[in-house]
Formats: sequence, C-alpha cells, structure tokens
Amino acid sequence: MRKKGIDWKTYPCGEYYDELITPSGNARLAARQLANHLASQTPEELETRQETAEATIRQMGISFTVYTEEGNIDRAWPFDIIPRTILAKQWRVTAEGLKQRLRALNMFINDLYHKQDVIKDGVIPEHILTQSKNFRPECVGVSPPFGVWAHVCGTDLVRDDDGKFYVLEDNLRVPSGVSYMLENRAITKRVLPELFENEHILPVDDYAARLFATLAALSPRRIKRPEIVVLTPGIYNSAYFEHSYLAQQMGVELVEGSDLVVGDDDCVYMRTISGMDRVDVIYRRIDDLFLDPEVFDKDSVLGVSGLMRAWQAGNVALANAPGAGVADDKVVYAYVPDIIRYYLNEDPLIANVETYLCHDDEQRAYVLANLDKLVVKPANESGGYGMMIGPHASKAERARFAKLIEGNPRNYIAQQTLKLSTVPTLVGHGAIEPRHLDLRPFVLQAKELYVTTGGLTRVALRKGSLVVNSSQGGGSKDTWIVDR
Amino acid sequence: MSLMMLSRVAERVYWMARYLERAENTARMVKVYANLLLDLPRGVDLSWYTLVDINDSSEAFSERYKNRDERNVIKFMLADDTNGSSMLSSLKMARENARTCRDVIPADTWEMVNELKLFAEDNMQQGLNRGHRNQYLNNILKACHQFSGLFANSMNKDAASEFIRLGRTLERADMATRIMDAGAAVVMSAEDASTNISQIVWGNVLRSLDAYQPYLRKERAPVNGAGVTRFLLADKEYPRTVMFSMSRLAHAISRLPHGTDARKIALAIERQIVRYDGYDVLGENFREFMNEIQLELAKLHNCFAETWFLLEPATAD
Repeated sequence: MRKKGIDWKTYPCGEYYDELITPSGNARLAARQLANHLASQTPEELETRQETAEATIRQMGISFTVYTEEGNIDRAWPFDIIPRTILAKQWRVTAEGLKQRLRALNMFINDLYHKQDVIKDGVIPEHILTQSKNFRPECVGVSPPFGVWAHVCGTDLVRDDDGKFYVLEDNLRVPSGVSYMLENRAITKRVLPELFENEHILPVDDYAARLFATLAALSPRRIKRPEIVVLTPGIYNSAYFEHSYLAQQMGVELVEGSDLVVGDDDCVYMRTISGMDRVDVIYRRIDDLFLDPEVFDKDSVLGVSGLMRAWQAGNVALANAPGAGVADDKVVYAYVPDIIRYYLNEDPLIANVETYLCHDDEQRAYVLANLDKLVVKPANESGGYGMMIGPHASKAERARFAKLIEGNPRNYIAQQTLKLSTVPTLVGHGAIEPRHLDLRPFVLQAKELYVTTGGLTRVALRKGSLVVNSSQGGGSKDTWIVDR
Repeated sequence: MSLMMLSRVAERVYWMARYLERAENTARMVKVYANLLLDLPRGVDLSWYTLVDINDSSEAFSERYKNRDERNVIKFMLADDTNGSSMLSSLKMARENARTCRDVIPADTWEMVNELKLFAEDNMQQGLNRGHRNQYLNNILKACHQFSGLFANSMNKDAASEFIRLGRTLERADMATRIMDAGAAVVMSAEDASTNISQIVWGNVLRSLDAYQPYLRKERAPVNGAGVTRFLLADKEYPRTVMFSMSRLAHAISRLPHGTDARKIALAIERQIVRYDGYDVLGENFREFMNEIQLELAKLHNCFAETWFLLEPATAD
C-alpha cells in the first residue's frame, strides 16, 4: 500500500508496551490491517474522519455530565477514532480469568454475609470486615438467587511493559461505561466502515441481550415475562445517558424512585397509566445508601421506602445486591488472589498489580519511604479521586498523603507505578502519538457467566498522563477483538 | 396493546409530541406571515406583532422588548429563551422530554430531535435574516415531518404511540383555533375589509395550517372566510382540522385505560362544532366561539393529567 501518512518506524513507543506497534516499528498481528490503513491516510484525511466522528457523537447525543461550580454540563463523549486491538486468542484467556475472578468474589461476598469461613480460616484478617465502609449488616443472612451478589462487574485491566494484563480494580457497586463501549463501536462502524469488511472483528452488540437474560434469571416470580426495570437517580446523574440507553436496548422501563412504591404485601410496584404494576427485578444504578430511606440515608429522595424489606423478603431482586460493594474495596483487592485460591482451589489467571497494605506495619514503612515511586489510593473511592501518583506529586502533596496514611492506615493502599501501555492516538491536525490507556471489560453473573467481547478502552488524552477518567480529561476508543 | 407505561413517562412522551407540534406550527406561522406581509396593500394595519397575540404572549414580549418591529417579533417567536413557546424553546423542551423517555420512542427520535435542535440553534442567524429565513424554516419544517413518519411507521401502536397522538393532536387543534381567531381579528381591524384583503388573510390562515391545497381540492370553491373557517373547524377528512383532531383524540383515548371522562370531553367538543352555524359573520361571536373551544381543550388536557399523569394512585390494585 502506498505510504502517505504515518511511518510507523518513526512512531515513538519509548519504554512502554504499545498495543498496536512493536518497538521495532512493526504492527502487531491483530493490528496489521489497521496500521496499514492508517499509514495510507494523509493527516488531513484522518483529521476529517475524526471530525466526522465528533459530529456523529453530537448528533447521536452521546454525552456524559460533568459537575462543575457553574452547574452541570452535558459534554459530548470524547472519542478517538483509532481503535485498540487485541488478538482473539489472547482475549479468550483473559475472559476466562475475569469469569474466574467474579465467581470467586461472589462466593466471597456470600460467605461474608453468612458463615464468614474466609475469616475463620484466616484467609483475610477480621478487621477488614469490621472496618469496611461497604459491609451492610442489613444484608446478613439474606440469600439472593444463585448466591450471586455482584451481577454486573466492571473490571479495570491494565497492561504493563511486560505486555501482560493485570487487574487494577474490581468495580462491583454500580459500574458504568458499557453503553459507551457499544456506542464507540457504532461510531467506528460509521467512520471506518472499510476496515470491517476485510477484518474479522468480533461483534460486541449482544451485551444488552445478555444483561437482560442475567436480570430475568433473578426474577422471584417464575413467570414468562418478569417485569424488569432500570432504576436511575435521574437526568442529572453523570451516567444517565447510559441508564436510558440500557433500558431502551433491553426494552424495559427506566424508572426513578418516585415511580416505585412498596405495598403492604412487601412487593414493589410501579405507577403506570393503568394502575400499579408489580416489579420483579430492579437493575439499580443508585448507590446502596440511597436505596431505601427507611434503612439507609433518611433524606434520600432517590430511593424507595421499604425497598430493603421487599428485597429481604425475596419479593424483588436487586442487581447488584445491596452490600455487594464490600468486595469493592482496594484492601480486599489485595487479597483477591488468595480469595480465588481459597474458594476455587485454582491459581488466578490474571494477576493483581503488586499492592502494599498500609495497615501492615512493615508494608506501611515501605510505602512511606517510597512515596515518590508509588501510587497511593484510598480504599473506597472511585473515579480516580483522592489518589496520589508519587512520581508526579509535589513534595507538599507527598507530605500530605504521608499524614493521611498514618492517620488512617486501613483506608490506604499503595501500588507500584505501572508502565501503563500506550496506543496510537490522534493529537490534532491528524498527527499520531502514543497515549496511555486501560480497559474495562464487563462481566455478568447470575446462573451463567458472561464477559463482554473486549470492553471499554479509556485513554488519557493528555501527553504523559495516566488518568483515563472521562471526568478528568480522559477519552475513549473502540476495542477490537480481532480473530486471525 | 401493551398498557404497561409509567405515568411519568406517559407525561413526557405527551409533552415531547406537543412541543414538536408547537415548534412546527410556529415555524410555519412565521414563514407564512412573512409572505402575507408582502401581499397586503398599504393601509392595512397588520403588524408582526399579531404573531405575539396569537400565542397569548404579549406580557412576556413586553418584558423583553419595547419595539414591536419585525426583528424583535421574529427573534421572540423563533429564538427567545424567555418565551416558552418560541420555536427554539419548544425544540429544547421536546429534546429534554425525548431524552427522558428514549426507551419508549423509536431510537432515531432522540438522534433526530437532537440534530434538529442543534441545527435550529446553530443556524438561527439565517432565521433572523430575511434573505435566508424561508430556506431555514423550510428545513425545520421538513425535519418536523420526519418525526410524523417515524412515529407512524417505526413504532408499536402501543400506549406511547397513543400519548404521542394525544399530545400532537391537542396542540394542533389548539393552534388551529388560535390562527382562525387571529385571522378574524385582522380582517375585522382592516379599515377597508375588501374582498381582496379578506381573501389574502384567509388564504394565509389556510397556509399556516398547511391546508391551502387540501381546501381547494375538497371545496372546489374560492377562498373566503366562511368556507375556510367551516373547513378548518368542521371538515372530517383533513388531519389538521379541529373536527378531525377531536375524532382522532377520541379514538386514541378509547385505546387507553380509564379514558371515559376524557373521551366525553372530546365528543362534547365535536358536538359543539357540529351545532355551530356562525360562519357567515366572522365577528366577535366567532372569536368568542374560538375562545370557548380553547377553554374546552384546556379542560381536556387537565383531564389527561388527572387520569394518567399524576403520581397519586396510592393503593395497589
């Protein structure tokens, strides 16, 4: 093919693993056609495609909400047209690892709310439970269907410079992003249709059907068409777009707390034009503490009074179950490899990032002595908030974190700064440079397990940045699992 | 038919349809009006401000503007944020409502309403500018027609579809009475109500409701006040007449649960129109009649709200 665009031999991989290009400037197997295609495009042509993609995003109304002091801004979804590719053979192994992990985590959560063997057998220390912010005593003794608590899990994977995937975190509360994964594919098909003709790129669009099947399996009533709803905090939530998108894709109702009511029979009903209609399964996208003002936050207007009663009585299924977040804790994370061995008697297929627990005296001493090299994270935050990236932090910031850690060691973990992998990304005027990225696949579990084909690739659009969160300057890309 | 529909969603679908219809009507009205003004002879006291009157918006207008000139009226009608009925406000409200009921309307609706709102906003200067206004408004009108096609052809005939019909049809009937009312007012106020002026005004009333050609084909008679008002009120075959709207409403209502009261009101309006015979003298009596129908339509809306939208059914059944 005639080269008029980028010459990959000059692409600066640096010390990082690049998802598309090898250090010697050749395309990796899964990226061959893509790299050739990009090289055949002039910067102007690429720029035009990128503009088309952005116009498409605006037209499709794909947005996310950013909270600022001036109010909420509905921003167009930041997207880069160059996909990230993964070989199908490698993906299959990774997917097995993700299933293994969620299976073990669900057994762990179920154990914590019942016999707590995992503590009795000394696999995890008791204080992890007693000091957990997300352990819900209200859930003790409840037995959700199949013993599964986390039905939808978003697992963040990163690749280090050794080219291997590592799990960075397990999101078991209300993980979001899957709608963007689906929309990214829809956009890419519009913008780079020619590549789909010649390449076997595995489809992603069965997610909604799988989610529906997962939710339907949880219905307490054995009826042909259980009533499933998506419960959203409303239009001002940053993920509202996704809530609405998923409801629409599954053909179920998108409800707000005020649409639901718990009757004297401890069943959940929704207010409809023809009266009250019984609800079987609630895919809730609001946090535990807002679910039910009777039990949790008394001032919550997002939730439904009596919802916990209905759930405890087994009259309605909640996905994810309340209390599932107990395993979504960066301290528990450090024990997941042990948890997998304990419950499944298997070795973990995907490794953790090496993690130091600050409640352990020896490990804390190491962390405090090496703050300039480590990433420090609070145990219970999400969205990249409240963390410190040592090599990028100022002296004052490191001192502040040292104090925070000493004040509440249980609440902090530290990890080695990863050499996060990169991917070619458009950086303006059709120029291509490497940018860091991660991957969030979504894993479903009810009776069966399912992993998305690939996942949501998030990319840090600022040069050198490691922060991929969309609220903090991150963008996203389509993820291609390529079968060759 | 699936009757499963959240009250809140039913209300949003209904308002989405009303606002889309309102945006379309406003766009058409401005377009027709620009033409009308070119045709009227000197000495006829017709100003752009009539458009503000038609929409009962004189108060909101005077809060914003002093001058009742073309530029201000057009701005107020098309672009003004403070005017809840302006074309752009209507499109924004349609978009907000569509955004919160995406799961029950055809998937393309959201994309199209989003696109239309962006187009209307980004190109507003064309709408305000005389030279490009016609083209701009035509583009808006074409986009509005696409929604009707989408709703007619790409949607289950379910409750959502009926609520779209309710919203659109009620808005349409209301607008028809307002435009006829304004037509009567203009003709009455003309110093010399010659046949010529009357014909121009009623011709444009027809155009404002996209009814010029249908009227001519159906009536096979020249345009005159009695013929036009009778057609726009009582004709049973043209979709934008009040009569047609009422029978359509009654049908939609009958397909929804608990609609007895609402249906009674729609049928009562039909009977009022059948009994009316004041077409030959289009004076204060006619305007009073238009006003009565508008009040009945408001009553109908309230009945919809009580029957289907309010979140008060406290007991499970």
